[in-house]
Amino acid sequence: MAETRTRGRAPTDPPASFVWTRRIVLTLLAVFTLVPVYAMVSSSLKPLEDVQGKFRWIPSEPTIRPYIDMWSTVPLARYFVNSVIVAGGATLASVVIAIGAAYAVSRYRFAGRRVFTVTVLSTQMFPGILFLLPLFLIFVNVGNATGLALYGSRGALILTYLTFSLPFSIWMLAGYFESIPRELDEAARVDGCGPVGALLRVIVPASLPGIVAVTVYAFMTAWGEVLFASVMTNDQTRTLAIGLQGYSTQHEVYWNQVMAASLVVSIPVVAGFLLLQRFLVAGLTAGSVK
Amino acid sequence: MTSAKVSAAGAARAEGAAAAHGAGPGGSTGGRRRRRLPGKALPYLLLAPAVAAELIVHVVPIAVGIWMSFKELTLFYIREWSKAPGKGLGNYRVAVDVDGAIGADLLRSFLVTLAVTVLAVGLSWLLGTTAAVLMQERFRGRGPLRAIFLVPYALPVYTAVMTWAFMFQRDNGMVNHVLADQLHVTGGDRPFWLIGNNSFWALVTVIVWRSWPFAFLVLMAGLQNISRDLYEASALDGAGVWRQIRHITLPALRPINQVLVLVLFLWTFNDFNTPFVLFGKAAPAGGDLISVHIYHASFVTWNFGTGSAMSVLLLLFLLLVTAAYLLVTSRRRPAHG
Repeated sequence: MAETRTRGRAPTDPPASFVWTRRIVLTLLAVFTLVPVYAMVSSSLKPLEDVQGKFRWIPSEPTIRPYIDMWSTVPLARYFVNSVIVAGGATLASVVIAIGAAYAVSRYRFAGRRVFTVTVLSTQMFPGILFLLPLFLIFVNVGNATGLALYGSRGALILTYLTFSLPFSIWMLAGYFESIPRELDEAARVDGCGPVGALLRVIVPASLPGIVAVTVYAFMTAWGEVLFASVMTNDQTRTLAIGLQGYSTQHEVYWNQVMAASLVVSIPVVAGFLLLQRFLVAGLTAGSVK
Repeated sequence: MTSAKVSAAGAARAEGAAAAHGAGPGGSTGGRRRRRLPGKALPYLLLAPAVAAELIVHVVPIAVGIWMSFKELTLFYIREWSKAPGKGLGNYRVAVDVDGAIGADLLRSFLVTLAVTVLAVGLSWLLGTTAAVLMQERFRGRGPLRAIFLVPYALPVYTAVMTWAFMFQRDNGMVNHVLADQLHVTGGDRPFWLIGNNSFWALVTVIVWRSWPFAFLVLMAGLQNISRDLYEASALDGAGVWRQIRHITLPALRPINQVLVLVLFLWTFNDFNTPFVLFGKAAPAGGDLISVHIYHASFVTWNFGTGSAMSVLLLLFLLLVTAAYLLVTSRRRPAHG
């Protein structure tokens, strides 16, 4: 890690003690971070003997069999489809609802505005277990009374998940919308747009980075949720979060397949997140200066 | 878990923002005349879906949960909850009776949760601050390194924790291979990590691995708000890097730290996913976090009344801690704005 000259930043180069501290500490942190990632990648390429005996750093005979076998050990494809439907549905609904709510919060002063923001945001502080039990009972009993199969349905899970990302999405989008000059939507209004037209034609295009960041966040949230998925799904609607544990409850644990499936499931969200993390940081920064 | 993460950070911050709005009447609209947007009903229409969703999933269930905590909701009554007999404070009495088995277990789980949380939050904050401060200036490799550090945060909880579960296996895991076979520090033993007392340390390790990148991300965002002029002026006065970190960087991060530590505390304390995936439905005593404990107490014994009473007690505790924390930290910090 050779130092590049810092241009117009600090007038002096950092002393050697700082540079060495930085090298050593950051290297250790990188090792700590990457060792599990390495374990995941290397084990996904191992034959079964390798993951049943003593741990090996390098596969004795690299193979892609785990990536083929994992589809038949558990109904992975079904879990995948369920996760895509649930996470996709929750994300779409959450982002659309958040855009509307953020527009109202940033462009209007109305009675109950503060109560709304504070209430919605503070629900996020509550432990999930607190509303898991009642929500479970509500779905079971409402289903009983009306004949609707709520409990175990994808729709109920979508409804639940969309609320998990909603508060952060509203808060972040409201920040983005605030930064767009009101003159822009007023100009659109003069041109004959209604308030909704101004939102769709001016505000949404201008805050696309924020919307993309919020979308990624909402998708990650729904894709990774375990607690509600463990209770509110059945065999047919099970998502990856719970389905992947199926490899471990078999007679043998196919760790190589577990790792292969984990990798395949992780890559879309990790790639999306790393590509778009700048927007997320920008959103956090915008929020913190307000 | 991801759900609580960023949104909780947002929550605390936006609450501050809302307060600021309240403090200065009119807020940004004060200076100049603004044409009022017509349509009084429109903001409410736009908010309606969000309000409805929050009501159904959060507000109503919390109210129902409080109601349930006064009922005898055992397996017999789960499908016909209106017939469940009242139990008064009975569920609470069972939960806090530390001489009884249920109360004693709850207390033990509570203490374990507290220990795990304090340790994990402290370490996550320390690692996050260290990395963020060291990476404030540009250097070669900074971008890729930042991406690497964010990987644990980006990974879905269950894939990350399952990988750790594999690493902590007694006979075929990486951890014992390194400790016993390569470093020979265990004296030939292969300790269990996922059962017994070591599970405490396994859990802390996994939680820190997963949560320090969040601290790093938030603190990096915070560092971008510190004016470069401060560093340049202090450098002219002869201050070195270490002095600058101590006297400029760390004090400037204090407001962010106030929120960050609270958020880390809340979601570590409430963490369900990590112990659930790491240990399965019944966690060993050393890793029995309170959420898993309540889950187990409710769904394995199908006693929702007691489970709800425990959840309500947990909520009261968290509200109390949050209020006390905000009171203490806000008083210590001189108000500015």
